[in-house]
Amino acid sequence: MSSTALRAILVGVLSAHAVVAFAQEHTLPLPALRSGITFAGADVRAMQSDDVSNPGFLWVEGGEKRWNTPAGATGKSCASCHGDGRSSMRGAATRYPRYDDAVKGVEDLDARINRCRTDKQGAPPWARESEELLAISAYVAYQSRGLRLAVSIEGPAREAFDRGNAFYHARHGQMNLSCSQCHDQNWGKRLLAENLSQGHGNAFPAYRLEWQALGSLQRRIRACLFGIRADMPAPGAPELTDVELYLAWRAQGLPLEAPGVRR
Amino acid sequence: MPDARITVPASVPRGKPFEVRVIVRHPMETGYRTDESGKSIPRNVIRSLTCRYNGEVVFSARLSSGIAANPYLRFFVTAKESGQLAFEWVDDAGARGTDGATLTVA
Amino acid sequence: MTKPGSRFCSRTLKPRRRWLQSGAALALLPWIPGHAAADELPQIPAMTAFLAGRKPVSERVRLTLPQLADNGQTVPMKVSVDGPFTPATRVTAINLFSEANPVPEMAQFDFPVYVERIEVESRVRLAASQKIVAVATLADGALLASAAEVIVTIAGCMDGT
Repeated sequence: MSSTALRAILVGVLSAHAVVAFAQEHTLPLPALRSGITFAGADVRAMQSDDVSNPGFLWVEGGEKRWNTPAGATGKSCASCHGDGRSSMRGAATRYPRYDDAVKGVEDLDARINRCRTDKQGAPPWARESEELLAISAYVAYQSRGLRLAVSIEGPAREAFDRGNAFYHARHGQMNLSCSQCHDQNWGKRLLAENLSQGHGNAFPAYRLEWQALGSLQRRIRACLFGIRADMPAPGAPELTDVELYLAWRAQGLPLEAPGVRR
Repeated sequence: MPDARITVPASVPRGKPFEVRVIVRHPMETGYRTDESGKSIPRNVIRSLTCRYNGEVVFSARLSSGIAANPYLRFFVTAKESGQLAFEWVDDAGARGTDGATLTVA
Repeated sequence: MTKPGSRFCSRTLKPRRRWLQSGAALALLPWIPGHAAADELPQIPAMTAFLAGRKPVSERVRLTLPQLADNGQTVPMKVSVDGPFTPATRVTAINLFSEANPVPEMAQFDFPVYVERIEVESRVRLAASQKIVAVATLADGALLASAAEVIVTIAGCMDGT
């Protein structure tokens, strides 16, 4: 075989390897990303698109009031440091989960809010999925509605990302299913009467009809694990933050839709 | 949490019907659910909701567990004078909620 | 077998029923208009008690719900009554009844003062696939009614959170 042919084969093999490696890491190429709202029925879409009747705004409005309410030993409100949340929080939610040196780890938005409470306000942290935490979380996330997810997995965030990636692709539970099997390989197909989405978290915190309430992405991940009869990590567990980071990276480019509405 | 969100048009022409939308934060607990220990969660739904326009009842609703949580209502009222829309509701546990909105009639 | 007076009693509708039962109809549901005449209102004991022997006329009431609910916990519902109205014929109340919920009296909407547009939207809970009936009461005691049918499915995955 001529050296040209050999070189061609080598280039071909290396390119194929690069493509496969890229494909394995980024399992959904960007042009194919679809928000969960595109898999939802007409009623869910109508609820999400109407800010008056979207129940999530009950939490957003509650969060706005709480933002301006003094709390803790310092008697400071969020506004005391951050001013008007409508401008200061713009874009913030698109960067979470993120690594912070202060805790030498990756935090999701809810953890970061709680850290502000304990460190800056001298107030006890709110419980995960509590009305208060969901309200501030919804208010902050709403300020980034329409902006594209843009998390970083560089440097110290990489470990958490790798763990989340592994969790997402591993089989779990009695049904022995991985997230990837449904949401990468079978999205668009029906599970009983539902359409499987691509499993992005860009609409959270979201009002889920099944919950009759607003809830976090972590709650939604736990619900999925329950569905496949797997052990659910406790709310706030590091595994859930790792998966959130992986999901946010996987969905980057999609706009935030909080407060979303989902089935 | 706000008790409710009320939405009316910014200004309404006199004599014409205008749209009122209200969503109330309430679980509308059916009484058919059980908690993790298997204990039944008692029913607690908003039983009655009343809308007063400058003191006069213009719309009221009697609800049940057949109405979804965080009940949403949209209805129409004839515009008369500018003033106040006042909502009041009561649930099975006797808890009362109120909220209001200002109305500008052109 | 079909019940006398039901929508499917007529021989020409039997093939339609078989096709509906095959499930293929599910895909076309959004385009099949929901419709029921007065004599096709479902038998709901609570509604029978409410009617107290009166027969509602199946006119002017528009009851709209999705053919297939995204989630039975929250199903959008719109009910309206076509005008025009006079003081004697204005709508004083609309009652909603459920065929299959544990509580059949879903809601009553009262209109104590005249308004020319009778239209109410809300969100209902449906325990299972079923028919819903709206009965409008007029000032002179006349009754108007309409029914709508909704299919409710269970979630693809259980949620225990």
